[in-house]
Amino acid sequence: MNELLRLLTLNARESVENLAKMLDRTPEDVRAEIADLEARGVIRGYQAVINDDAISEDRVMAIIEVKVTPEREGGFNHLAHRISRFPEVVAAHLVSGQADLLLFVEGRTLKDVASFVSEKLAPLPGVTATATSFLLKTYKSRGVMMENPDEYERIQVSP
Amino acid sequence: MSASRSVRDRVARHVRDVPRSGIRDFFDIVSTMRDVVSLGVGEPDFDTPWHIREAAIFGLERGATHYTSNLGLLKLRQAISRYVERVFGVAYNPENEILITVGVSEAMDLAVRALINPGDEALYHEPCYVSYRPLIEFAHGIPAAVETPAANGFRLTRELLEARVSDKTRLLIVNYPNNPTGAALTESEAREIAAFACDHDLLALSDEIYAELTYDRPHVSLAAQPGMRERTVFLHGFSKAWAMTGFRLGYACAPPELIEAMMKIHQYTMLCAPVLAQEAAIEALKQADRDVAEMREEYNRRRRFVTASFREMGLPCVTPAGAFYAFPFIGDLGLSSKDFALRLLEEEKVAAVHGTAFGTCGEGYLRCSYATAMDDLKIAMERMAGFVERRRRAAR
Repeated sequence: MNELLRLLTLNARESVENLAKMLDRTPEDVRAEIADLEARGVIRGYQAVINDDAISEDRVMAIIEVKVTPEREGGFNHLAHRISRFPEVVAAHLVSGQADLLLFVEGRTLKDVASFVSEKLAPLPGVTATATSFLLKTYKSRGVMMENPDEYERIQVSP
Repeated sequence: MSASRSVRDRVARHVRDVPRSGIRDFFDIVSTMRDVVSLGVGEPDFDTPWHIREAAIFGLERGATHYTSNLGLLKLRQAISRYVERVFGVAYNPENEILITVGVSEAMDLAVRALINPGDEALYHEPCYVSYRPLIEFAHGIPAAVETPAANGFRLTRELLEARVSDKTRLLIVNYPNNPTGAALTESEAREIAAFACDHDLLALSDEIYAELTYDRPHVSLAAQPGMRERTVFLHGFSKAWAMTGFRLGYACAPPELIEAMMKIHQYTMLCAPVLAQEAAIEALKQADRDVAEMREEYNRRRRFVTASFREMGLPCVTPAGAFYAFPFIGDLGLSSKDFALRLLEEEKVAAVHGTAFGTCGEGYLRCSYATAMDDLKIAMERMAGFVERRRRAAR
């Protein structure tokens, strides 16, 4: 990956001035490249990594494996796009293995997600089977640990 | 009182007269303070890569809790032999030319003690790691420091060496990439130093512990230069590139006669390096390049960040080519290095080691380690900029 993208992946809120120092480039140069990456749709957005377990809001997330019948023209894409448009679907991937599509679906309650599956997803023409797993606890997400492990303290000055 | 004085008098003179490390005093002050951002650490901030720690855990489960041979596990020596030949371009026989030690520190001590007769002179360059001079003195040798000026990027040259060599000189200690300056040698400079060692028939100790951490050009080994293999003790270890400082594992590679001499001291004083650390090191060498590359990339990013920050503060700084230290010049701000470090600590809670901890010619400089998380580096640079600005105004 391009080093600027890597740095933004680690911390999208890093200031342009600091990015420039780390990359040994000028701030204008870095600003221009970010604008270009955004314009070309390489960077599609910036989000916070949130530890859901640390907030009291009701939110459930489920992983749903979906088997589908590919269409004569367009293969999986047409149905995958259609499924992706549901706001409940946070992420959708075409995968190898038993299932065809892997979805991350979010709702306020188990019931929300269950009714999404039974009323919206399963009845879609082309969907032949679904298997839902609810996430119980998140340990790590997007490369970030959700809890700080006990840090072993390093001595402050050493030769 | 008089009793304690007399006890002190009974400490061997060559030990009593060696001062304790300046870093030690500074550490004592820092450890009484809270919320300090430290640029004073001479070890990676990364934890050891997980697969290496896993191997140590597995070793414990299998009962790897016993002594090993004095030289160290043969399997590890074989892996080191392959690694050193591939990366440094020098071949050593794992049977009798490699000795596993407790850190490079032990290897350095063994080499100095095995090679110096009382009264022999040992050349080394300053600013340098804190141990060289004391080790020479503990071995009843005579330390001969060669000052490397910032004007030449803190690199050693034949000219500097020629000015200091004498007929009592027997040993040359070289450390590049360098702690505390971050300097590294070019191929032609290494060759020049090698020619000097050969012409004066000196033995060389080459401490290449930071070899994997070079940023602008690949590392060149002194041991790989013409005529050097037979007169060099090559020292390396796992602390820096693999972030394994606490494992305490280093090694020495040298002709069999030198390894045999070092092994004798090791055998009677240490017996062997810890077996678990050796098991972990075997794993470390299995995917050496990948682990190192990831960490090097991060250090390089920080290196650019701190050198750019010093430039912004108006502090002259030789761009470090290796290791994870920058050595900016702070000598025209009206404070000695030591006072600068103390005031920076008191006023801004940033810890960095005064240059004089690494030799008197370190006066005017400050060692800033960038083996510190980027978030902390940013805070440290901001605070330091404020401090420098205030010093400038005060000095005016």
